[in-house]
Amino acid sequence: MSDKQQPVKRNKRPMTPKRKEQSRREFLRSSVLAAGMIGVSMLGYVPVLQGTSLRLRPPGALKAPDDEQQFYASCIKCGQCVQVCPVEAIKLADLLDGFGIGVPYIDAREQACDFSCDGLQCVLACPTGALTHDLDYPADTRMGFARLARPKACLAMQGKGFKGQARGADYKGLLRYEEIDRWNPIRVSEHPYDLEICDLCVRQCPIEIRITQCEAAESEKTDQPVARVAQQMGNACPPEHAITLEPLDQGDGVVRMKPVVQEGCVGCGVCEMICPVESAAIVVDLDKNADTVKES
Amino acid sequence: MSYIKDSIAHLIGQKIPRPSKQEQSAEVQAIYAGKKGKLSKADVEAVRHAHKSTFLSKWQKRRWATLILVNLLFVASFYFDVQLVEGALTGARVMGFHFADLNAALQVVLAYKHIVLNLVIGIVTVFLMWLLLGGRTFCSWVCPYHLLSEWAEYLHLWLVKKRLIKNHTFNRKVRIVFYLVFALLALLTGYTVFETISPTGILSRALIYGPGLALVWVGLLLLFEIFYSRRAWCRYVCPIGVTYGAVGLLSPVRVKYNAEACHHEGDCRKVCLVPHVLELTIRSGARDVNQDVSSDCTRCGMCVDVCPTDSLTYEVKGLSKMLK
Repeated sequence: MSDKQQPVKRNKRPMTPKRKEQSRREFLRSSVLAAGMIGVSMLGYVPVLQGTSLRLRPPGALKAPDDEQQFYASCIKCGQCVQVCPVEAIKLADLLDGFGIGVPYIDAREQACDFSCDGLQCVLACPTGALTHDLDYPADTRMGFARLARPKACLAMQGKGFKGQARGADYKGLLRYEEIDRWNPIRVSEHPYDLEICDLCVRQCPIEIRITQCEAAESEKTDQPVARVAQQMGNACPPEHAITLEPLDQGDGVVRMKPVVQEGCVGCGVCEMICPVESAAIVVDLDKNADTVKES
Repeated sequence: MSYIKDSIAHLIGQKIPRPSKQEQSAEVQAIYAGKKGKLSKADVEAVRHAHKSTFLSKWQKRRWATLILVNLLFVASFYFDVQLVEGALTGARVMGFHFADLNAALQVVLAYKHIVLNLVIGIVTVFLMWLLLGGRTFCSWVCPYHLLSEWAEYLHLWLVKKRLIKNHTFNRKVRIVFYLVFALLALLTGYTVFETISPTGILSRALIYGPGLALVWVGLLLLFEIFYSRRAWCRYVCPIGVTYGAVGLLSPVRVKYNAEACHHEGDCRKVCLVPHVLELTIRSGARDVNQDVSSDCTRCGMCVDVCPTDSLTYEVKGLSKMLK
């Protein structure tokens, strides 16, 4: 013990008033620094409490529609999900999302998740399980729920067709058109449509496309066994329809159709992305809107 | 053991008292005794004059090149889609193998309160990597904020020299306070609070995924360092440094001090990010002729570059001869 006593004694020289004042100021400064930094970091709570950081998240995100705490907590903000997405649908949130900074989200109108990776690559890439590995197929997720927000603007509801590029020539969004290229998504602007009555939200719905494929495979199976895409790609057949087009009779002789969102909707946002009306007649809500389903 | 004790003291911001005569070996006492009155003020000035500038010196060049290369690897890997290094500095996959930044992982584990196997793999891999490479080596050799901060530091020092501003120091204990508070906040709020303001994560993501508003925060930190307090973030705030400093406790990669030829003029402390670790270079500050610099050292090599007598050198414990 005597070894340790000596240096302590040496330091016990009384501080000069100047030194004392300096050390008092340093302590004050340090306290202000601590309070300031912690205060600034806690500002990240504001967008979370206000709910402004709520967004459409990639498939499998650990969250409730109105509470993303678990997702923010478990996400390590590395962006590996961004890197594997073939249509680059995933972005990372910025400073204004507070605690949600660096957490992945999807802006469906700009670029929706069309599941063209088939195997949920973002889920597989996630190192922390923030995108839960409990999912196997696109139909297992519930990112959000589509809703016909502006029925009057809907072309099908007006009995109108659609001709041309769905989102104009400058639109950079990508979709996979399997009949054109199974492996590489192309620009929506490179794939013009000519439709008697607009059915884009149903036609491009990844869940509906998958159901059609499964049905085709099923009908072929009766003749001869074929290698089923579903088995090969690990992309099972969705159990329920996501969106259907149902005839609407307003008694004026015009052939009208109404897109009806069904229980199988996963909220991927492709309908919102492809809707040719500005702004989109159909949008994805974070929560399931009961009215949309009941109306049919 | 004394190395670990010293290192922990430095990491929690304690000042290590100068060793008493009893704590010093006879050899180092003889060296100090032999030096008494040997150097006049003019001699010290001459020594100082002989010092090389550390700007773009050997280790700084190597370090900057490494730092830029590592961060470019992330950027290029995504840009050219070669999948060599996927992710960002907070979490990555290097050729398919999981890597997780230890501090980011700690925040996630505390906030989420669960841990998946992939994260365990990432943590263990990165722990072992920095255990081999020196712990806080991450700070000076990889962290992109460190590089910007170094450039800001040159500006700061120039302004101080011109007497336009004054440097303001903080109590070093504040860093361990930050460390505990951010850990506690993650645990209590369930959010990774520190990640919101971490310039390391923000910069790494900005480089890879494109710039954003968060860079304004990094800019403010740099301005604070330029005009108010030298290297304030790395010295007094950043918990990442503490995490890797703790890893460095057991690392064989260190900077070694040899008291024999040292002039004790203290230029190493002037270039150092964490000058408290070099207090052993003050005359009669070392316990032994050879003593390792504590693990709060970022192994940046500035002191190695500035020292005219090679009293400070890199060493790899058990391999030091091979390094020469």
